[in-house]
Amino acid sequence: MIKWWKILSALLILYTLVWGMLGSVPRLDILNETIRNVYYHVPIWFAMLFQMGYSVVYAIKQLSKNDLKTDIISNQAAETGLFFALPGLLTGCMWAKFTWGTWWTFQDPKLNGVAIAILIYLAYFILRSSIDDEQKRARIAAVYNIFAFVMMFVFIMILPRLTDSLHPGNGGNPAFAKYDMNSDMRMIFYPAVIGWVLLSLWILDVKKRLALLRHKQNEQ
Amino acid sequence: MNNKIIIFLASVLLPFIGKAQEMAGPEMADTFRSEGKIYVVITVISIIFICLIGYLVYIDTKLRKLENKK
Repeated sequence: MIKWWKILSALLILYTLVWGMLGSVPRLDILNETIRNVYYHVPIWFAMLFQMGYSVVYAIKQLSKNDLKTDIISNQAAETGLFFALPGLLTGCMWAKFTWGTWWTFQDPKLNGVAIAILIYLAYFILRSSIDDEQKRARIAAVYNIFAFVMMFVFIMILPRLTDSLHPGNGGNPAFAKYDMNSDMRMIFYPAVIGWVLLSLWILDVKKRLALLRHKQNEQ
Repeated sequence: MNNKIIIFLASVLLPFIGKAQEMAGPEMADTFRSEGKIYVVITVISIIFICLIGYLVYIDTKLRKLENKK
């Protein structure tokens, strides 16, 4: 049957969909009711970061064990992570339009960092698909994956904190955890993060099993 | 006489009206919920999400059948 954590992810997200709309939020200028986007936009990016982390762990496993299956899992996790970047970007554009007044701004290092990180990961897929030899592909993809993860971490998590950013928790801005979010919001935000990370794991689980099945068929 | 009372009342009460508007603070969807129809939206979102999860469960079980075939 369906595993317990998959059901948990569905229930957690359902809870945040309902109470994210009904719960009380602090009254803030400019943000107004859009502060509720914290329950939906931010957990999507957490899921993306989690998938990229999952991917790099399996890349390291690939280099130490030299097992083709770990390469497949690593690739599938990176694909899932990149997929989550799409709704993350679109919801971010939407939110930016109505609070910062523009769909995209090159003034914000976090936005630029995300754009560069996505390009780095696109290069990973192109590099991986351009090598025919399986063993060679697994090794080169794993090495590049580690590079890509480190670069993404620098561009998304470190550089935006060093310079001015419109995002909370970056540059001179306080993190939402410090001032903007009250305890009511945390009761919805944390379950949302866990729920979306688990849902991304569910999608990865399905993708991974399909890819391994295909791999098994090719071997026969 | 009447005019004097009105002017007096206005001079006393008008500053309070101004203050009440200042105290209202950032605009929020306060009447949004009291109108009741927000529950319709929440139901719609929930139905869509449940359908998506149901589809994912369906794909998952189909895949399991395929895995067990071997």
